Amino acid sequence: MFYIYCPYCGEHREEEEFHAKGQAHLARPEDPDACSDEEWGNFLYFRSNPRGLYHELWVHAIGCRKFFNIARDTQTYEILETYRIGESPNLSQSTEQLQS
Amino acid sequence: MSEVTNTAVDTAVTPGVALMDQQPDSTVPARSPLHHVARAQTGQASANARVFIWEEALKTHLVLRGNAESAGFRDGVKAATGLDLPEALQSQSKGDWSLSWITPDEWLLVGPGDQAFTMESHLRNHLDGHYAIINVGGGQSIVRLSGAEARSVLMKSCPYDVHDRNFPVGKIVTTVLGKTQATLRRLGDSDWELVVRRSFADYIWRWLLDAAGEYGVHVGPLLTAVRGQASQKADASTV
Repeated sequence: MFYIYCPYCGEHREEEEFHAKGQAHLARPEDPDACSDEEWGNFLYFRSNPRGLYHELWVHAIGCRKFFNIARDTQTYEILETYRIGESPNLSQSTEQLQS
Repeated sequence: MSEVTNTAVDTAVTPGVALMDQQPDSTVPARSPLHHVARAQTGQASANARVFIWEEALKTHLVLRGNAESAGFRDGVKAATGLDLPEALQSQSKGDWSLSWITPDEWLLVGPGDQAFTMESHLRNHLDGHYAIINVGGGQSIVRLSGAEARSVLMKSCPYDVHDRNFPVGKIVTTVLGKTQATLRRLGDSDWELVVRRSFADYIWRWLLDAAGEYGVHVGPLLTAVRGQASQKADASTV
């Protein structure tokens, strides 16, 4: 079980109050009509699956109902930090990963 | 809230907002989600009863949404209700009304059941800027839990830490309760308020009765906790 710090409630809560919503920081292409099929397909379907640091979007579904981000180690399951939408993580392997 | 009267509403004009009084008079039938189970037991509570459970039916529930940083919203709420916007996980109460934090841009205002329309009009007269007021009274209800072992019942029912050091009086937390959710608010040392979804009210009621069984449970208010009940509309009188 995770014990997750909600940055909006300002305290730790049990994992069963939360839902994971997949990879964080996905940037929608500015102009979808001008995208190639490959670019659009990559945005829509392809996610990174690293061993180690990973940024995920979570929602405090039974609680304040806000979305926020978690930086997590996929190998050890350690939660390294949680931060609000619109904020930047303190930890990142590279800025490329955040923009991919 | 004595200054809130219907005469004040007649002069209220809020352009672009169609306000409907959902309960224009007391003859309109209304049923609480627990009308079929939450009948108070007759007679004195058993001396062994250490948990008291009852429903506060058909109260006014208004959801206020807005930006706490905005003076038009913050001051408007203060002017209309006399209550300051609570900080995260906190609640305020004054007289029959209480205002609770739900999420960073949402608060729940609870009060006497016959004043929903009056209070909503009153708020719309005072609020300014970008905000929303939603009457959610039909969608949720309040279950009260009281008595020496009320906290033990909650400890069995939810994963959240309800110990005094983590859950002081006045705190409000939305969390898992049984297999559903409830908003827990602590009114006193052994006095709790649960805001529950209408469709889950029956489930939660039965869950709590079952959980409280081992401590001795009485359906009906703990006498010292009865306060402001007189103004509350009895379910039976409107059905």
